[in-house]
Amino acid sequence: MKCLEYPFDAEYILLKKKKIKKQLLEENTTFLQKKVAILGGSTTNNIKLILELFLLNQGIRPKFYESEYNQYYQDAMFANEELEAFAPDIIYIHTSNRNISTYPLISNTPEEIDALLDAEIQKFTGIWNRLLQVYHCPVIQNNFEMPFYRLMGNKDASDIHGAVNFLTRLNMRFYEYAQNHDNFYICDINYISADYGLKAWSDPFYWHMYKYALCVPAIPYLAFNVSNIIKSLFGKNKKGFVLDLDNTLWGGVIGDDGVDNIVLGPEEPEGQVYSEFQNYLKAHKQLGILLNINSKNDYDNAISGLHHPDSVFSEDDIICIKANWNPKNQNFAEIASELNLLPESLVFVDDNPAERHIVRESLKGVSAPDIGQVHEYIQNIDRSGYFEVTALSGDDLKRNEMYKENIKRTKQMASFENYKDYLLSLEMKGAIKPFEPIYMARIAQLSNKSNQFNLTTRRYTQAEIEELSANPEYITLYGKLMDKFGDNGVVSVVIGHIEGQECRIDLWLMSCRVLKRDMEYAMMDALVHRCQGCGIETVRGFYYPTAKNNMVREFYGLQGFCKVKEDESGNTEWEFRIPQIYENKNQVISVEE
Amino acid sequence: MTREEVFEKLNQVFQDVFDDDEIQVDDNTTSGDIEDWDSLEHINLIVAVEKKFGMKFNMGEVTTMKNVGEMADIILQRI
Repeated sequence: MKCLEYPFDAEYILLKKKKIKKQLLEENTTFLQKKVAILGGSTTNNIKLILELFLLNQGIRPKFYESEYNQYYQDAMFANEELEAFAPDIIYIHTSNRNISTYPLISNTPEEIDALLDAEIQKFTGIWNRLLQVYHCPVIQNNFEMPFYRLMGNKDASDIHGAVNFLTRLNMRFYEYAQNHDNFYICDINYISADYGLKAWSDPFYWHMYKYALCVPAIPYLAFNVSNIIKSLFGKNKKGFVLDLDNTLWGGVIGDDGVDNIVLGPEEPEGQVYSEFQNYLKAHKQLGILLNINSKNDYDNAISGLHHPDSVFSEDDIICIKANWNPKNQNFAEIASELNLLPESLVFVDDNPAERHIVRESLKGVSAPDIGQVHEYIQNIDRSGYFEVTALSGDDLKRNEMYKENIKRTKQMASFENYKDYLLSLEMKGAIKPFEPIYMARIAQLSNKSNQFNLTTRRYTQAEIEELSANPEYITLYGKLMDKFGDNGVVSVVIGHIEGQECRIDLWLMSCRVLKRDMEYAMMDALVHRCQGCGIETVRGFYYPTAKNNMVREFYGLQGFCKVKEDESGNTEWEFRIPQIYENKNQVISVEE
Repeated sequence: MTREEVFEKLNQVFQDVFDDDEIQVDDNTTSGDIEDWDSLEHINLIVAVEKKFGMKFNMGEVTTMKNVGEMADIILQRI
């Protein structure tokens, strides 16, 4: 919903929150249901209400547990039947510098201050360790915002007695914990409060009147940031940019002005700001964000802009280039389909409000932010949180390469008349094995973001993945695929649980980047081999339709299963009796099991 | 701004905050008259009124205001 996209009107959201909630619930009916526990060190009521709006807008419908006022420590540290029964999917600990027990005194020795610091850290690590151990779910923890006054002025920052110094050291210790623990995420209120304006953020009026640790008008900014972490954890990050060229990546219209006259580069201030923006976009490649171009231009003109001496980009940086005179929404849809992505996973960056409007209106769920003036582009895109990083897997870092390799594969395909010959020419090698520790992050990530080739769309946290991989009642398989153009990494996951002589498939998914490579047959073969090894006679598969997984409606049928049940909402159940002699279905991938 | 105009604007704010288009406030309206008007919503009401009129209440006023009439009096003094 437009009013919940950055840059939003925080006071409007606060005022209209009830109406906005109703509209969100009317617009969308298929939500991911998640349970969020908010453990607060101050009042959290509005934070909960506004967080709900941002999550609903991301397609996540939260149920909340909210601790009583300032009961975060008690709720976390002691047996808590209510919270245990609630079984949270996410825990958010909303603490602030108001929750520090003891600040250093000017008379304290360095050792005494170290002891204060350790005591504070022990309190928090005690909370985190226990929560991670008892609830096995991601924990989001605020760091500390800076204090609203400085007793020693500037020296407060550098002197160990200063509150600024003390809080900075505490924050560093929080980050160490985050670096050493999966499933633990910092909500950087130190940055958010600075960005909002610390003086307004920490207005003591709201603390003394209502025990809010931040001013109420800032709550939407906090809630939005928390929602970004949560949606990222549940696989709802965007995956790429679709970029306009004229007046977006450079100033001027290249077709009219000529490549020598576009505004880009160090010669003038406006050219510098476009260069900075190009650098900002290109930096996203490091995170595995895909860059694409959608421009109304003759193709040659568009490319000549990328060859401009001050262009930060080369053609090689761009996965998919559409430069023609077709409507932009049509180009956008084609880019998504060539990348095997849903349109909603791409962000449209265009200076022209009319183009943004047509893309937004014709392609549901696509973000086309109001980017403002050229010097505001970065701020508006960055604060939108499209690519909020919660885990960086090795695959993210290589993703651009993988997509480029895919384009090479497509070219090679054109030279073969027979599809199987093409597949054989790729010299594919697979590894299909039970889950291994180094792949747990990637497996959890796949379970949360695969929507199209996904039979049950069950989501798992990394902690759950780790637990069931150690459980002998479960059969787990990951599939990696390599070929002569490169390594696709882990692309398929199957989880089944054993009931007697039967293996029931809880999850079967595959990344769309390896569609039509027969990897699904290789997975089936490996699954059958594993089942045979455990004396299992029957494999039972389930298909639960969603708005996005129609492509696998008949998947089990293609694998040789028989449909045994279907209900009115299209849920189907399939059965495969393993024959005495099972012939492998995959003939093109050489698989190591 | 006349007292009537203040009340007209206050009605809009109350209707938005409590998401009820039928709310009409007068001098004697108190939190007892509006079902959802608890201490947690009170802060939202204060923030919304401050925004609407471009003024701020001080802490004493927020706690001692007895009814919407007193709220309107303070607003009229400030704008």
